[in-house]
Amino acid sequence: MDFAPSETARLPVAVKILVAGGFGAGKTTLVGSISEIEPLRTEESLTREGIGIDDTAGVELKHTTTVAMDFGRITLSDDLVLYLFGTPGQDRFWFVWDELALGAIGAVVLADTRRLAACFPSVDYFERRGTPFIVAVNCFDGAPRYEADEVRLALDLDPGVPLLLCDARRRASSKEVMITLVEHVIDVRAREPAVNLG
Amino acid sequence: MVSSPNEPESVWLDEEAGPVVRPYAVTGGRTRPTAGDFDLITLVVATQPVGSVREPLSPEHSAILRLCQRPQSVAEVSAHLDLPVGIVRVLLGDLLDRGLILARGPNASTPQPSQRVLKAVINGLRSL
Repeated sequence: MDFAPSETARLPVAVKILVAGGFGAGKTTLVGSISEIEPLRTEESLTREGIGIDDTAGVELKHTTTVAMDFGRITLSDDLVLYLFGTPGQDRFWFVWDELALGAIGAVVLADTRRLAACFPSVDYFERRGTPFIVAVNCFDGAPRYEADEVRLALDLDPGVPLLLCDARRRASSKEVMITLVEHVIDVRAREPAVNLG
Repeated sequence: MVSSPNEPESVWLDEEAGPVVRPYAVTGGRTRPTAGDFDLITLVVATQPVGSVREPLSPEHSAILRLCQRPQSVAEVSAHLDLPVGIVRVLLGDLLDRGLILARGPNASTPQPSQRVLKAVINGLRSL
């Protein structure tokens, strides 16, 4: 941007964290339990040329399509605001993920033990992209309970990726998830200062 | 505008009305902003109260300035105005061009926050 630092200095710094996972894994619940505002919805309106060439299967012949993203806001201090963005679940919207992931601190992949496979694409995506992420297993009422190690094995997760159990409805639990992620990001960056800059 | 169900649409829609509710109507068909590089989390703030702006403003531009009397992200502007992000970027570009907003966002040279900022995030989360 073309501003003198003095002009924009009165604006806070904004940072973002992504919350990914399969449909119904509790992304918006997690965002809502920690956000200071009711989760908001923003839409990206896309022309067909914006849709990945190899991912057009199932996309009807229409000129625009809309991708919705739910997000929340946490004012951490006068000069620091955290935004949490739920990623759109549809696989054909990877390019929206690319836009969201650009500049994101890192990502939380929410896993639902009733549909564990639903979070595989998210894990693959962040691994491929080199975005630091953690896995949070959302413990739904009535869902099968597994030990963290069992889920880790089922996901074939790198040993360096933190995994924790959570209850996305509880603010304290969601807070712990976010802190775990940012601590992990600091660790990753300390180990590999040259990567994850994009 | 309230139309009674018996009146033909043509009464209300002449050439001046332009396309109706097509999203890009509010941008005059423009899909790219003329200024700025607006990320979803770029923060935007109005440089003055809406009432003190002398030049004519579209309803959407006015709505953005009213909303941005306190800093708001591009995503929040989009959500509160119920307009797609692409359109909001164009409208914000207009306001930036006219000096009616300031914007601060991640840029190409520093896409990632520093370790210092990350530690501030953790401290902020802990004290929530």
